[in-house]
Amino acid sequence: MTAAVWTLLAAAAALQLAGVARSRAAWPPVRTLCWLAGLGCVGAALTGPPAHAHADLRGHMAAHLLLGMVGPLLLVLARPVTLLLRALPAPTARRVSGVLRSAPVRLVSDPFVATGLNVGGLWLLYRTGLLQEVLHSPGLHLALSAHVLATGWLATAAVLALDPVAHPRGAGVRAAALAIGMAGHDVLAKTLVADPPAGVVDAEAGARLMYDGGTVVHLLVAAVLWRQWYRSRAAVRDAERAALPAPA
Amino acid sequence: MAAPDDVRPDRRRLLVAGLLLGLGTAGAVDEIVFHQLLHWHHFYDRASSAAGLVSDGLLHAASWSATVAGLALLADVRRRRSFDAATWWGAVLVGAGAFQTWDGVVQHKLLRLHQVRYGVDLTGYDLAWTGAGVLVLLAGALLLLRARSTSRAS
Repeated sequence: MTAAVWTLLAAAAALQLAGVARSRAAWPPVRTLCWLAGLGCVGAALTGPPAHAHADLRGHMAAHLLLGMVGPLLLVLARPVTLLLRALPAPTARRVSGVLRSAPVRLVSDPFVATGLNVGGLWLLYRTGLLQEVLHSPGLHLALSAHVLATGWLATAAVLALDPVAHPRGAGVRAAALAIGMAGHDVLAKTLVADPPAGVVDAEAGARLMYDGGTVVHLLVAAVLWRQWYRSRAAVRDAERAALPAPA
Repeated sequence: MAAPDDVRPDRRRLLVAGLLLGLGTAGAVDEIVFHQLLHWHHFYDRASSAAGLVSDGLLHAASWSATVAGLALLADVRRRRSFDAATWWGAVLVGAGAFQTWDGVVQHKLLRLHQVRYGVDLTGYDLAWTGAGVLVLLAGALLLLRARSTSRAS
């Protein structure tokens, strides 16, 4: 299991490096670093010490924080779709961007839908008894981990919109989706203190970690979102200035 | 150089920035001073209702999100050199006062989510808590009114 995870992650790292080598324009090294660090977070969450602390809710939450929030943020900052489109030959890149514009992809990459899938999945896991099943079945645990990574990534990507999207939503709308997701996450963490799931130890410490860690990562995502907005406003203003007649 | 049309949207943006940052700052002060430093409030009060938990989670998420958004909007207004101190502080006070009043009336009293302090007679604390909120709210509204009349006069 450990070997399989790291083989997959190494393949993802190699693909990225190959993409950078083939990219038609220079690719900022910081994005490559983000990609590698994000893969490291995913690997640590799946194979590191937290992954083995099954019934201890603190270890479990530490793994989820890395897998579903910190890792996805770093992977999104690496802008993998932009790199993919640049590295592929033009006809293939056109096909890929056609898939990205298709109705199903547009639906799940809507900020509200993606955030709902992410937070809704967490509510199902902790509030329906699914957690007990997951703790006793390695196969189910793997499937759940894949779900947490995929929906965390999808939600972060949809909210930040760093990679090209067909119909991007405005910053305020995306910030609202992020805040709603954050609220759902916070309320869930508090209910875990009020009514801990059966069969776990250290529920209160785990829930606090989920709440505090979640707050910090959500704030980082919001900071990236608004920094993008601030920079795009500068571009708008420059365009307005350029459109004005030159002073005599 | 600024055309007259530019002035109005910037004032509105400054107003929104101030309201967001006032709301966010009041939430942060509540959390840091009363929850973390004084330990007067509790992260989870055993008597909390489900509605209380939801309200608290929403307010936590809203106040931190508002802080980040407010700072970004303020930065944009300042870059456009259309900052106006009276409008700004009026909006900040209205945001902070609204948060405090909501917290005192709805969170503490109607939802009974948590109290200002435990093991003491609450009357004085509640009056001070909610009264402070109302006073700040009124002060902010006055400042905003004055800012509007001076900007009209000029």
